[in-house]
Amino acid sequence: MPCRIDAMARTRSDKSEQMHEFLFWPTLITIAVVFGILQGTAGFLVYVERKVCAYMQNRIGPNRVGPYGLLQVLADVLKFLFKEETLPRKADMALFLLAPVLAFSTALLSFAVVPFGATEPAPLPPAPPAAIMQSATPLEKQQHALIEAEYKKKLQDYEAKVEVYRSSYQFIIAPNIDIGILFIFGISSLAVYGVILGGWSSNNKYSLVGALRASAQIISYEIPLGLSILGVLLITGSLNLERIIWNQAEQGFLGWNIFIQPVAFLLFMTSAFAECNRLPFDLPESEQELIGGYHTEYNAFKLAFFLLGEYVHMITTSFLMVILFFGGWHFPIIASPEAGWFLKLIVFAGKVTFFILFYMLIRWTIPRFRFDQLMALAWKVLIPLALVNLVMVMVVKEMAWPEWVLLPASLAAVVVAGAVALNAPPRPRDRRLKPAATDL
Amino acid sequence: MPINENEVTWVKPPRMGLLERLYLPAIAQGLQTTLKHMFGKKVTQQFPEERPKLPPNYRGVHRLNRDEQGRVKCVACYMCSTACPARCIDIVAAPSPWPDREKYPEVFVIDELRCIYCGMCEQACPCDAIELTSLFDLTGLSREEMMFDKEKLLSVFDQTATKGEDPIRTKSGKLSIASEPNV
Repeated sequence: MPCRIDAMARTRSDKSEQMHEFLFWPTLITIAVVFGILQGTAGFLVYVERKVCAYMQNRIGPNRVGPYGLLQVLADVLKFLFKEETLPRKADMALFLLAPVLAFSTALLSFAVVPFGATEPAPLPPAPPAAIMQSATPLEKQQHALIEAEYKKKLQDYEAKVEVYRSSYQFIIAPNIDIGILFIFGISSLAVYGVILGGWSSNNKYSLVGALRASAQIISYEIPLGLSILGVLLITGSLNLERIIWNQAEQGFLGWNIFIQPVAFLLFMTSAFAECNRLPFDLPESEQELIGGYHTEYNAFKLAFFLLGEYVHMITTSFLMVILFFGGWHFPIIASPEAGWFLKLIVFAGKVTFFILFYMLIRWTIPRFRFDQLMALAWKVLIPLALVNLVMVMVVKEMAWPEWVLLPASLAAVVVAGAVALNAPPRPRDRRLKPAATDL
Repeated sequence: MPINENEVTWVKPPRMGLLERLYLPAIAQGLQTTLKHMFGKKVTQQFPEERPKLPPNYRGVHRLNRDEQGRVKCVACYMCSTACPARCIDIVAAPSPWPDREKYPEVFVIDELRCIYCGMCEQACPCDAIELTSLFDLTGLSREEMMFDKEKLLSVFDQTATKGEDPIRTKSGKLSIASEPNV
């Protein structure tokens, strides 16, 4: 849809000309609310994690502190606060103290551009062509002027609505960031510095091994993470998260990107799990081998920072999954584009909760990968699949085929990948087998 | 000694089919299992409120039984302390103040921290004076506190004998044959 992209470019340039003024109080209030809710939720997620784990293992889980153990969160925080701060004697103090702060602050910072409710009115219809040829007849010129005027009026309407949205309830800290998703990826991959610095500066072999694993893992999984969303970005034509939501909401339930890009979603989710150091990819902090990995030497509130950072990261990636693939606040019948902000907020929160729970279900279901398997998965499976997916999207866009073609094409790509793996040469480990080996 | 070459059987790992190669069905299967457990029956016993149902032969804290007159049943024969593999029973015998036996334990101390709860003292006892009860939540603040003397062991009997969980296993409350002077 070339004309659509033009239209958006036009709207954007119009907007950048009359830059929104920075609304101090709504932004400050939003920051305070987001900060509080994020931390509260992250703390609460520790409790949820323990409950989910317990239920899966036929246990009851924390139930002593408060009704249903709900005050366990408070007890945990108090425990972290009142623990003695210990520092390893030969640690690199500056970096040792900096690492948890880095891990936590980057996780929080990347949330700045994540919309968590309806933040914009419906986008403008395509703008009329801006220029008019010199040879145009007076009648054409007149018509053009009329269209222009009408568009200007719509634009003003739109601007006024945006102003209402922003000043009354602003469900994003930094609205209208056109590089939204890039910003998130840029900042959230900084979080690995917290892990690496923490592991290196604690002067402990286990921590160092954890940090090394983290760096290798995150470098590998950044690539499929970035590649997997390129298809979505091509389809939407924008990096702006709010616009990505609107693009899906306008097309209804079947317009959700999950139906067009199922493989991309799978790749994104897998890579996001690895980025968050969650099981089955939690090699940097595997308790059994590395006694906690990079945070072996951390305790008290420094450890809490690491844990909070991890959970905030989890929340952010859940938001991204919902925004990129599951239509953000949109839900058929319940929350149509015309629905009120509260419904949209609830729907959004519900979807995000679902994905966070899914994170936990996966964590307690699938065992940890071996390190070579982890690397093989990223380089031999995820990256090629992401490239294939990207090429498919490009072909469909170029040929102007309907987008639903991508659904069977994606599924076929997965099956073909599996078939290729079937005929793969044996792994080096199996080559030492004698040719006369009998089948088991 | 190296393994003989013709004794070695080489086996190949089974080949994976297409569905197994895709991994996703396996993950779905795993999720199905965990979800089933999530809503399944819970096995947790909420301990201080819910007591576990222990088998009658559970070997917990010891007790010294009393006879029908309420006296200590032990005749200080040292069989238990001889049988004890942990050497945690300390008995000092003294002439019995009662006519129906020769000796009685003046001191009878069991170091509950040293005991391995094997139940051999119970088996060795000729007059069923020492028994293991089903009390298991034994706590103390010092090592001295965990040296159970005769009074303490008798009080364990008083606590447990009537509760029903640890019935007195001897048929009569009388002293056994070993202590009867005429036999």
